[in-house]
Amino acid sequence: MGLDVLIVDDSAAIRKILHRVLIQTDIPLGTVLEAGDGVEAIERLKRSKVDLVLSDINMPNMDGIQLLTHIRENPNWKSIPVVMITTEGSQQKVLEAVDLGAAGYVRKPFTADQIKEKLAGLV
Amino acid sequence: MTTEEMQQLVETTIKRTVENVCETMLGCAAEVGETRLMGHPLQESDGVVALIGMAGPWIGTGALTCKPDLACRLAELFLLTPYEKVNDEVLDAVSELGNMVIGNLKVVIEEHVGPMGLSTPTTIYGASFTTKIGGSNEWILIPVKVCDGEMLVQVCILPNPDEGRMHQRLDMVGHMITRS
Repeated sequence: MGLDVLIVDDSAAIRKILHRVLIQTDIPLGTVLEAGDGVEAIERLKRSKVDLVLSDINMPNMDGIQLLTHIRENPNWKSIPVVMITTEGSQQKVLEAVDLGAAGYVRKPFTADQIKEKLAGLV
Repeated sequence: MTTEEMQQLVETTIKRTVENVCETMLGCAAEVGETRLMGHPLQESDGVVALIGMAGPWIGTGALTCKPDLACRLAELFLLTPYEKVNDEVLDAVSELGNMVIGNLKVVIEEHVGPMGLSTPTTIYGASFTTKIGGSNEWILIPVKVCDGEMLVQVCILPNPDEGRMHQRLDMVGHMITRS
């Protein structure tokens, strides 16, 4: 059984890059789901099994911090590791995400190795 | 922080960030040209423009502009997929590159002036169009040679006048509370 991953970013380009990076890792993958914002991500979480979430912070409708809050408040999802991948590198946002229980943080621009390294520590 | 100090910070940060983004996400070197200051907003364009707003103690706009063929080339390097013409994926790639450049600028500015917000990018594509942003403030123009083409990073940023008024109002409220 592979790892089911949900990629959340309003940029289709970033979703595509992250999907490609995931395939390049040694991590056995199951389904890779995508969502364009936090609202879509919640819908995906309701309907599918997800083992890991990679999420942007700055998104329309529902941002990554709000999504992380929803995930941590839901008993069925609260143990899912959430890695924030974003240009929002400010100390305030980092602390906010860490306080809410983000499993890690990668700043854009990122290399494939940075993503692989971050995931290796989680999986 | 004075406007001149902010312009210097923008110039240094954009140079470093553009080089980093091109090397990391596109796998190619970027040659940043000489910065110019221009007294009026974005001129007539022909191609793709990604616009990103910044707001907080300072307020402004950042833009990344390039011709359609360069936009396709950048998207190809970004997404490892060839593009012959500008489509949704090309616009999205340019938008994300702009977001990374201006997003990283915003993070550096925050270290000097306090928390700032960033808008989601707006991307425009067309031929012979003019984009005008309100006001007639000075723009910082930074040309960047990349992939045998040239893109332009443009930033306009000024102290937020409402921020001062808000602090004044808060001071007044504080004063009134103290007096009562």
